[in-house]
Amino acid sequence: MCLAVPGKVLDIEERDGTRMATVDFGGVVKEVCLEYVPDLRVGEYAIVHVGFALQRLDEESARKTLALFEELGLLQEEFGDPWEAAAEPPRWEEPGAGPAVAAGDGAREAGR
Amino acid sequence: MKYLDEFQNPELARRLLDDIRSTVTRPWALMEVCGGQTHTIIRHGIDQLLPEQVELIHGPGCPVCVTPLEVIDKALEIAARPDVIFCSFGDMLRVPGTDRDLFQVRSRGGDVRVVYSPLDALKIAQQNPHREVVFFGIGFETTAPPNAMTVHQARKLGIPNFSLLVSHVRVPPAIEAIMASPDCRVQAFLAAGHVCSVMGTGEYPELAARFRVPIVVTGFEPLDILEGIRRTVRQLERGEHTMDNAYPRAVRGEGNPAARAMLADVFEVTDRSWRGIGTIPASGWRLSERYREYDAEHRFSVEGITTREPAACRSGEVLQGFIKPHECEAFGTLCTPRSPLGATMVSSEGACAAYYLYRRLGTTPTPQEASPVV
Ligand code: SF4
Repeated sequence: MCLAVPGKVLDIEERDGTRMATVDFGGVVKEVCLEYVPDLRVGEYAIVHVGFALQRLDEESARKTLALFEELGLLQEEFGDPWEAAAEPPRWEEPGAGPAVAAGDGAREAGR
Repeated sequence: MKYLDEFQNPELARRLLDDIRSTVTRPWALMEVCGGQTHTIIRHGIDQLLPEQVELIHGPGCPVCVTPLEVIDKALEIAARPDVIFCSFGDMLRVPGTDRDLFQVRSRGGDVRVVYSPLDALKIAQQNPHREVVFFGIGFETTAPPNAMTVHQARKLGIPNFSLLVSHVRVPPAIEAIMASPDCRVQAFLAAGHVCSVMGTGEYPELAARFRVPIVVTGFEPLDILEGIRRTVRQLERGEHTMDNAYPRAVRGEGNPAARAMLADVFEVTDRSWRGIGTIPASGWRLSERYREYDAEHRFSVEGITTREPAACRSGEVLQGFIKPHECEAFGTLCTPRSPLGATMVSSEGACAAYYLYRRLGTTPTPQEASPVV
């Protein structure tokens, strides 16, 4: 929930007197409120948290972060089915006998 | 080389690490405030890549973890009412209350729904005018502005059947409480970048000066964290203690003025109790007088709750950096993500979960494993 994910603004419209946008997060598209970054334009990137743009972000940092989140499975965590995750925490397996340095493997499991 | 290969830019990581290595001359204890940063650190083994003298202490920055048991129990009671649709972010579902969690309330017939955004909950209220829709409003300064805007919208659009169960917390008073504790070992802070995206950095110079601790605003990617540590260690070695922004691409000094204005309108500062830690003065928000009618605690009488914390859980000590998760007796035995005793094991940002997930079971790696850059 703490995660703030960069996304790209696809289009903008006024709804119920509120500036809303469709935003693309590396393939997942969501409705986002632009009231806190009102001068954001189509094609620009922003850091988005629980459906609200909080700061504008330059394209290069946005792309880098998105690629990293994708690789680490964080996008799945943020946008996947929460009921499924709660019923059967899929990435939390019983701890293996592996040494602490298996952190990299853990990261990969987390994504799948 | 395993760890470094995991970095997006291993070469840059190596350079930052070399710089830290050549700067440090004695032991330092830094606290990363944010749970998201804790996960990046553990996931990438940043703590094990660092020179031995630099210790990272994990801070209380996980909103799911610090939401007090009493508020969780109130949420569970409201969610179980037949007239209520209870909306929450997904990571609250398995946080244990005194005798159940939201997941169990739902499986026993409660209408619990997971939303991505608080505005989704408002939409549900619009679509179900004959039901009460309650949104569980927890989180730090990053989540508070979205929730504030949602209450503001509810009033603007005249949606009477929406309310917020509020348990928002603020970071600077928590830093203050940690520094004021006689057991405090923390010598510097990596401040949470996204909190500062909203609030700016204005509160930190005074804190840094008063407690003589460097506070470096830090992002969430592995390289951001290494850079934050590098700047912190530099200050410590030079005997400096100022606020420094190592995350300028997302943090401006004034933060987000529109969000701050909305916060000031919808919320007012209040004392908050933090799960496992206790009450910290002025460390939270509640709905301001003008918006009190949207407060779920006022709308539903949920008084007289008696809470019972599991005795074995030491999450309060984990959250304040007094112990590492694997030093808790229950870690990995009585307490696992499948049957968690404390919220720090449930939350995807919790320190206990990070240690469990990334196999940090208390084994100390050999120096070669720990420092592939040597
Ligand atoms: S391991 Fe479990 S019981 Fe121990 S402090 Fe963490 S959450 Fe509490």
